[in-house]
Amino acid sequence: MITLEKVSKIYNGNQVPVYALREVSLGVAEGEFVAVMGPSGSGKSTLLSVLGAMNSPSEGTVVIDGIDVYHLKAEQQADFRHEYIGFVFQQLQLLPYLTAQENVQLTLAIARMPKAEKAERAREALAQVGLKGKEGRLPYQLSGGEQGRVAVARSIVNQPPLLLADEPTGNLDRQTGTQVLELLRELNQAGQTVIMVTHDPLAAQYAGRTVQILDGEVVGHQEMGRP
Amino acid sequence: MRLIDVSLNNLRRRKGRMALLVFGLMIGVATVVALTAITSTLRADIASKMDQYGANILIVPDANDLSLSYGGVTVASAAFDVGELTMPDLVQIETIKDAASIAIVAPKLLGTTNVGGQNVLVAGVRFPDEIRLKQWWHVSQGMEPSDPMDALLGSRLATALGLGPGDRVEIQGQSFQVVGVLAENGSQDDDILFIDLAEAQQAMGKPGSVSLAEVAALCNACPVEEMVDQISGVLPQARVTALRQAVQLRMDTVGQLEKFALAVSAVVVAIGSLVVLTTMLGAVAERRQEIGLFRALGFRQTHVMRVILSEAALVSVAGGLCGWLLGMGAAIILAPRLAGVTEPVIWSPWLAFASLGGALMIGLLASLYPARSAAKLDPSIALRSL
Repeated sequence: MITLEKVSKIYNGNQVPVYALREVSLGVAEGEFVAVMGPSGSGKSTLLSVLGAMNSPSEGTVVIDGIDVYHLKAEQQADFRHEYIGFVFQQLQLLPYLTAQENVQLTLAIARMPKAEKAERAREALAQVGLKGKEGRLPYQLSGGEQGRVAVARSIVNQPPLLLADEPTGNLDRQTGTQVLELLRELNQAGQTVIMVTHDPLAAQYAGRTVQILDGEVVGHQEMGRP
Repeated sequence: MRLIDVSLNNLRRRKGRMALLVFGLMIGVATVVALTAITSTLRADIASKMDQYGANILIVPDANDLSLSYGGVTVASAAFDVGELTMPDLVQIETIKDAASIAIVAPKLLGTTNVGGQNVLVAGVRFPDEIRLKQWWHVSQGMEPSDPMDALLGSRLATALGLGPGDRVEIQGQSFQVVGVLAENGSQDDDILFIDLAEAQQAMGKPGSVSLAEVAALCNACPVEEMVDQISGVLPQARVTALRQAVQLRMDTVGQLEKFALAVSAVVVAIGSLVVLTTMLGAVAERRQEIGLFRALGFRQTHVMRVILSEAALVSVAGGLCGWLLGMGAAIILAPRLAGVTEPVIWSPWLAFASLGGALMIGLLASLYPARSAAKLDPSIALRSL
């Protein structure tokens, strides 16, 4: 489903080129749950943004579902993000002035479908993550775990083939983080492809495979046994 | 949820900032509206007063032998009976096509007499018409004439002759009582002795004769030149001239006021645009994370621009509407107090549309750069700030 071929991302800092990614080649099959692991500054977030059609690589190609992502024009890349990618961000990034339902519907604000259908889809996504009956609550009226579930519901409401999670437990307490990870696993078990960036070995255990990254280079793969 | 809902939600969330923006635009629009409404009302007011009271046509005999002048216009000498007008001539004026537009006809007979050893210019007038025509006349001593044998003195003449209310003057053997002295107004009237027209005609031995006539015509409905042509048609022996100077001067003043209003409006528009620009730039900087999220969720650049510009449009329309109402209110209150306008302020639908359209244009143009900046936010840069 996903093929990265010799992808490099080079930043020119103080005239000295800095490799955020160096000739990364990676394949992810449909329905996989992959955890990208590495210490801070290893390049894992850069890898995620390259996978998310948000950061054009300096070299190499990124092909998702047969589409060479960085051969698309800027507005086509936006459309691609909308149709193919769901994001779960490190700080969840729920808009505090929108209800759970509205936060989920935000993804559909640009979709060409009737208003009622948007609302129905958002309700279904919230029900899928176990938040039925809490659609009208504002983020501060929800627990940390529930907020994480809203963030996940927002990422899947458009039914994207690929879910990207950026340190989804990074700013959450252990219990809340576990809830989000279990939700991601459930989604994966239902067929959703998930790529998660994390530096937490416990979080990585929820994935089927880990990819180790160091100084912008892939240094190892490991198949994980499910806990 | 639609894009417009995203805009509305943001406006609700940032009530304070947006209220400030509405207030800024409202003040700007109100200033322009008030200035425009006051100047246009002032123009209508002047036109109205001019039509009712100001002389804008002068009728004099078409004579070659000229020795007297009145109001800067030379008229036939009293000593030579060449081409004088008569009262029946003036009745002809009422037969012209636009006779309904004639507000006042003020005939005058000019002559000279000797009072206390001094040569004095005497004007026989119809006092009610003359006083209605000359709104600037002010009787500083005594009162307005009410009897045919009453006389009114110009201020300089009264001083020169040492006469005042209660004194008597002899004109060709007839005795007139001075009942009032005009306040100095800087015109030739300051040196004239005014008496009743019929008495003057009799005293000067010129029954029915007129030296000149001033006419006030309601020329909002028709060009004054057309009226002049029509009067010339019925009075071939007379020279009919349009008097434009006084009116033109007043209109020029309004014209200058309008230019001033335009300059103030330009400054206000520039300041308003800057206020919108800085506020929207601030709002965009504050919302980098949010816009980054939009972009990550697949919003196109045009979607982000639509969100920002929709907010600007909603705020601008609100500012324009409030500004128009405030401006019209200010004009209604200030026009009579500051400019002495008696005409009601004109409610122009054009001004209402211009207020809304202008505010919308300022809002959208000034928000274009902030909106483009927001739309161009690289989603990965936005992600980094998340």
